[in-house]
Amino acid sequence: MAEKILMKGNEAIAFSAIRNGVDGYFGYPITPQSEVMETLMKEKPWETTGMVVLQAESELSSINMVYGGASCGKKVMTSSSSPGISLMCEGISYIAGAELPCVIVDVMRGGPGLGTIQPSQSDYFQTVKGGGHGDYHSIVIAPASAQDMYDFVDWGFDLAFKYRTPVIVLADGIIGQLMEKVELHPMKPRRTAEEILRDAPWATTGKPAGRERNVITSLSLDADTQEAFNQKLLAKYEAIKANEVKFSEYLTSDAEYLFVAFGCSSRICEAAVDILREEGIKAGLIRPITLFPFPEKELNRLAGQVKSMMSIELSLGQMVEDVRLAADGQCPVGFYGRQGGNIFTPEEIVEEFKKFNKLS
Amino acid sequence: MENLDIMKPENIVYKKPALLTDNIMHYCPGCSHGTVHKLIAEVIEEMGIQDRTIGVSPVGCSVFAYNYIDIDWQEAAHGRAPALATAAKRLCPDKYVFTYQGDGDLASIGTAEIIHACSRGENIVVIFINNGIYGMTGGQMAPTTLLGMKTSTTPYGRDPKLNGFPLKITEMLAALDGTAYITRQSVHTAAAARKAKNAIRKGFEYSAKNIGLSFIEIVSTCNSGWKLSPVEANKWMTEHMFAKYPVGDIKDVLK
Repeated sequence: MAEKILMKGNEAIAFSAIRNGVDGYFGYPITPQSEVMETLMKEKPWETTGMVVLQAESELSSINMVYGGASCGKKVMTSSSSPGISLMCEGISYIAGAELPCVIVDVMRGGPGLGTIQPSQSDYFQTVKGGGHGDYHSIVIAPASAQDMYDFVDWGFDLAFKYRTPVIVLADGIIGQLMEKVELHPMKPRRTAEEILRDAPWATTGKPAGRERNVITSLSLDADTQEAFNQKLLAKYEAIKANEVKFSEYLTSDAEYLFVAFGCSSRICEAAVDILREEGIKAGLIRPITLFPFPEKELNRLAGQVKSMMSIELSLGQMVEDVRLAADGQCPVGFYGRQGGNIFTPEEIVEEFKKFNKLS
Repeated sequence: MENLDIMKPENIVYKKPALLTDNIMHYCPGCSHGTVHKLIAEVIEEMGIQDRTIGVSPVGCSVFAYNYIDIDWQEAAHGRAPALATAAKRLCPDKYVFTYQGDGDLASIGTAEIIHACSRGENIVVIFINNGIYGMTGGQMAPTTLLGMKTSTTPYGRDPKLNGFPLKITEMLAALDGTAYITRQSVHTAAAARKAKNAIRKGFEYSAKNIGLSFIEIVSTCNSGWKLSPVEANKWMTEHMFAKYPVGDIKDVLK
């Protein structure tokens, strides 16, 4: 039987990194995710797996350490929270432009500015729509439990290396801080130098005689070269959209009303669906697990089935724009959110649902 | 004796280093970058470490260093090269890792990265080209621009009240415990270039000893930015730049 341990979502990230053969973690302290680096430092993985753990002088530096490590073909990651991710956005754009794989964990807190240290989901735009400059996407995956935090590190690296692109694990203060049972899967070793040469032939591993030099760069001064590169990225993003969409459904097959929520909000919405079902109202829930790529086809199909949709988020309403695009006018799309670290209850969601659907 | 008579392999006393590519350099005639590139290529070739070397190029004129020296390269965002090099070296400790940075990249936008890479004692080599001006963007003031020096953003000369003072970052870095070798060189004469090459080689050798960061500043010319001929630029550099940035070793922990 697999080992199950009670731990925080943030600790699950750290243990997952060590146990899934991650080569390096580079971070900077920020609430509410500091347990990630604290756990790594306490566990001293450099003495066991050989994993490098380093506290950088800033998030600017930690994301650029990730750039340098990823350039060597290594499995490298960082974690931060909203203001820190803002600082990293330059680096994320460069990583996308240089087509490097990495995992970035964002344990969101409320903003704008220094904001709060309480949970929030108000960085959907920042992570899903870009953040840094230029035409790029990060793959964004949204955990809803400590187990997800553990599992998504490994899944994130699979996606990152498959597409040579940054992957953002978009969590929030609740998921980072809650303690749950986490099932630990068998250890995966770090890749050997030979495996890196095989899996990442583009990496800066030192140029032997007989191969062209490997250059990791995001620069092309020629307009046609840059446009061709942008088109190459477009093809990559289309492939990601075609192959990697992931979502979970709760009571959608006969649903007349649909909630759409990700991360911690999806768990609260599930309870709201249960309350409505008990009242005889056929509500259902879609939880997008990948935010980019977004489950737009599934939502478009359901928009033709239900009387309305509501996006439930800990923000002023960000994902709701994508829900509206997916619904494409087939049904009304509503929104309910809380901000500042405040969290809705299932009852509160039910009340707002009835208001929006004029059911009370 | 005819020239053809002495053009034999056994008589060759100098040739282009094998690690310098045949790409036509974009640097202006008279610029120091080409000479420094050549010295680095020679050192890597002579040490036989091409397959174990990773270079990190900056943003600035030398962003394209990767087109000229035939090794694996990472091109960094502006100022961030020491962060990339830190990770590359820590993850690949058997490699030689160096950054190549200008004064805007290293001493302005990248001050945090270089100071903390030095402070942590990263076992990397940093080549710092100080020509007191931003070349790539068209001759604006750099942190190392001399007082009174005219640039496109100090058109009346650098005024300390308006623009602050020139930054002697190399002396600052020598004060940090994590640095092993700190030197300031130039490449304006054959003798100076030989000394600079020895310094670069020492930096690479020190980086393999795991004793901390080696930092080689090269006081350089930017004759286009300075609006001088190559010869005048060399003269101006020795008369003015060397007064503020004197050449010679500043720190060597093994001496």
